[in-house]
Amino acid sequence: MSGNVQEQTLEPVLERLLDAAPGGRPADEGARGPLAALRAEGRRAIAAAGLPTQKSEPWKYTSLNALRKVEWSGPAGDGADFDTVKSALPVLDAYTVVLLNGRFDSVLSDLNGLPKGVRVLPLPEAMSDSAVTDTLASLIPLDMAPMAALNTAHLDDGVLVRIDAGKALDKPLHIVSVGYAGSAPAAYHPRFLIQLDENAEATVIESHIGLKGAPTFSNTVTEVVLAPSARLGHYKLQDQAVDGFDLSTTAIRCSDKSVYDGFTLSLGLGTVRNDVRMTLDGEHVEGRLNGAYLGHGGSHVDNTTFIDHAKPNSTSREVFKGVLADESRGVFQGKILVRPDAQNTDGHQLNKSLLLSDKAEADSKPELEIYADDVRCSHGATIGALDDEQLFYLRARGIDAVTARAILVQAFLMEALDEIQKASVRDALHEHLAARLQPLFKGGLV
Amino acid sequence: MALLEIRDLHAEVDGKEILKGINLTVEPGEVHAIMGPNGSGKSTLSYVLAGRDGYEVTGGEVIYDGKNLLDLAPEERACEGVFLAFQYPVEIPGVAGTTFLRHSVNAKRKYQGEAEFDAMEFVKFVRGKAKDLNMPDDMLKRAVNVGFSGGEKKRNETLQMAVLEPKLAILDETDSGLDIDALKLVADGVNALRAPERAMLVITHYQRLLDYVVPDKVHVLANGRIIKSGDKSLALELEEHGYAHILEAAA
Repeated sequence: MSGNVQEQTLEPVLERLLDAAPGGRPADEGARGPLAALRAEGRRAIAAAGLPTQKSEPWKYTSLNALRKVEWSGPAGDGADFDTVKSALPVLDAYTVVLLNGRFDSVLSDLNGLPKGVRVLPLPEAMSDSAVTDTLASLIPLDMAPMAALNTAHLDDGVLVRIDAGKALDKPLHIVSVGYAGSAPAAYHPRFLIQLDENAEATVIESHIGLKGAPTFSNTVTEVVLAPSARLGHYKLQDQAVDGFDLSTTAIRCSDKSVYDGFTLSLGLGTVRNDVRMTLDGEHVEGRLNGAYLGHGGSHVDNTTFIDHAKPNSTSREVFKGVLADESRGVFQGKILVRPDAQNTDGHQLNKSLLLSDKAEADSKPELEIYADDVRCSHGATIGALDDEQLFYLRARGIDAVTARAILVQAFLMEALDEIQKASVRDALHEHLAARLQPLFKGGLV
Repeated sequence: MALLEIRDLHAEVDGKEILKGINLTVEPGEVHAIMGPNGSGKSTLSYVLAGRDGYEVTGGEVIYDGKNLLDLAPEERACEGVFLAFQYPVEIPGVAGTTFLRHSVNAKRKYQGEAEFDAMEFVKFVRGKAKDLNMPDDMLKRAVNVGFSGGEKKRNETLQMAVLEPKLAILDETDSGLDIDALKLVADGVNALRAPERAMLVITHYQRLLDYVVPDKVHVLANGRIIKSGDKSLALELEEHGYAHILEAAA
């Protein structure tokens, strides 16, 4: 019966979260337009499904019960310290979009010099374009994705990134989503739509930063649509400074010969949950879904992915590597579906966890569902401690035990970053990670 | 004063006694070869001297440079000038050779109260050492030992030895897995590092390494004890008659 108690107690949380939009719940009585219609659809779906509990299989390892302990409200966002934000970001030569608590901030954003054929806009300004309205909220079945439904129930801002056919972004676009609650816990719902037309190319980095203060509840939805031969590098950094929630739902649809290179680096505190659904809806697609995470303190990092091979002759690669220290927990759930039509699929999946403490925990659940008969699919999962031989080798060269452990932990994460195909982003994240780790090492992480 | 004095050393691994009373004295500048059949305790001796976990000393003592070596942690032994060239050098993915070696050299310099090298100074220092050994330094750009051939791994150990300038170098089966050309290259490196203040303990199963690194003394280790000591001719005798001959004579 405890399950019923849990469900009952999450209901008031949902009510509070629905009210807790920046500026309050949008007044949709009699409102028209595509965004209002989507919000209504989102509200219907989340009201029907409720917030997910651990009784639901995809949420088996991750609990949202702690949401109950907090009086969520719509964030004010006054007094955020942007110098702190800068120090939490990788150093990149990039166009920048800044969102404060999910709101497009045109003063802090810098989009000067965007090339022709590239549009980066607040979502409401893009709603006259049918290519946008037809796509927005179309990639995620809201009835099966409660957090995306909750996001959609609040859909009144966000960012559109659209690259016309044959065009390319000449430098990366860095979307910085800053959560700042000040003194009252705050919930917000960033929303992104990235559309690359035929043979377009772009690199987009999402940095999700939570500033010190009361906890934040960030619930992001990103939809990505790649037309034939489009190429997207899509990289994400998550770093919350306090024990809040950083949840995201990402849906990617790849057409013929497109390339998607995705990477998620999670370094912050609190509860992190990334739901990623990549559909290889074309032939000769190269889909890469990789990530690295560092659990520390009492943090909880859950990467739940679904790779859907819908057409023949495509390749997917998935490597997630996590370091789990202190009392943290890492979860990886990776489902790969190969549909009957998807002959000659090549799918590879690997999850490696490094446990640094007796109280840390790793859960790894690969799931292959294969209906085509001519495929190459593999998966592997390892969970272990630091390697004694490597530690001894370093110590035998004069390096003390703590430094040796730090070197190996850093190397483990650095190696994971090597999956990133875009060299400038890879290098920037290498440097960012090294700098981010130093104070953690000094604080006794290893 | 001897650089290394091992007195009645006993050690066990997983509760099994492997070293059963080793006595050995090494003077600065000397090269001692320790030869023996498989399972005689050669590698155990090298690990005990380097301080590896799981190799438990149950009796005896080791005096190194006036200090009780067995009281020191592995990293302290290294900083005091003990260097173990591994039989199987360990691969460390994600750590560039230069980074690894800079940590190592700076740990030693800090221990000895010297200023640490910055990145530029270090690169200059290492290039100099590599040049002295007539070795390319490009392998330092790669992750430590990852994807190295057997010969490259052993040359990397030799380069590390040159950079760390030990007082006592223990070469554990440095010849294993090397073809003759690689063996010569590594031996040339080792010979270049012979010095009046530096001693070496060359642990090997076969005599062929000793054709190139000629020892001052040769000891035969069998069943956890040194059963015979002599000059370099003892190695040739072993080559000719095998271990059985000496084991029988000692029995």
